[in-house]
Amino acid sequence: MNSDYINIALADDDEDDRLFFTEAFEELKIKSKVLLFKDGIELMEYLNDSNNTLPNLLFLDLNMPKKSGLECLKDIKSAKRLRGMAIAIYSTSASEEDIENTFVKGANVYIKKPNDFEKLKKVLSEVVTTNWQYHTSGLNKDNFLLRL
Amino acid sequence: MKLLLKFDFTKVCNTVLKQKLEAHQFNYQQTAFGEIELMDKVSEERLKLFHEDINSFGIEVVEDPKKIVIQKIKDVIVDMVFNEKDINVKTSVYLSEQLEENYNYLSNLFSEMTYTSIENFIILQKIEYTKILLTNEDLSLTEIAFKLNYSSVAHLSKQFKNTTGITPSAFQRIIAKRKQIN
Repeated sequence: MNSDYINIALADDDEDDRLFFTEAFEELKIKSKVLLFKDGIELMEYLNDSNNTLPNLLFLDLNMPKKSGLECLKDIKSAKRLRGMAIAIYSTSASEEDIENTFVKGANVYIKKPNDFEKLKKVLSEVVTTNWQYHTSGLNKDNFLLRL
Repeated sequence: MKLLLKFDFTKVCNTVLKQKLEAHQFNYQQTAFGEIELMDKVSEERLKLFHEDINSFGIEVVEDPKKIVIQKIKDVIVDMVFNEKDINVKTSVYLSEQLEENYNYLSNLFSEMTYTSIENFIILQKIEYTKILLTNEDLSLTEIAFKLNYSSVAHLSKQFKNTTGITPSAFQRIIAKRKQIN
């Protein structure tokens, strides 16, 4: 087996959802280290501190108080040091236009959040695996778009 | 009393290696000096213990040979897709020929090490190449399908949607809009 692991960060204001995601990550084949943030402000403080290790993949809840996922995305994409991270946005619902708009603003992945734990695991597994291929096979991350 | 020693280095190395391999109960064959082939599937833990043990004798495993094979498989696939290699045989036969290994072995190793299958990796690469042709070369999907030997444009379009979750035209639109912003 492979002993490599991936650094993941998750920003979500809902405690149940954070738990839900963390459990799903633990059950994935790819080993991960997960950092959790309660809101966009906490997340950006961490990311903007250059002493901290940047995650390979960041999951952003679209609807957070104080600072929304979209606002975080905008800040991340305009910061040179942060631009390389793969970003997965998730939300419970959104219009086609909103989804396309998040991609245009630089998101790599758009997830419609499933209610079912097994489905969530399957979706996260696909995101993490696809991200892994980009990460390990030198693919062009600008072309990394995935909608689930 | 002083003793003057003369070493047969090859023999010293081979003897140490032989003793160690036997101590770790490996079923092995020595294929060349400094190259061992393990005949059975060996767990990572056992390999790690072996590495640690021989390290103290100044012997080091150069690199995980599995990773070398994986890299070779990826290189052959990328070359095949991106250089539009005209291959008359099935991909499995081609890979097997290029790597001089049984396809089942390659396929299992690939799945074990990369979290995806060779088949999926090939599809991913083809879709990546399609993305580049769509955005940089401005080719139509029909032209790309022909170039990449797809049986029909519908097949490529469906594979694109299945792999990325978005349609080729949506992809083109998103990338074009991103370019406008930057």
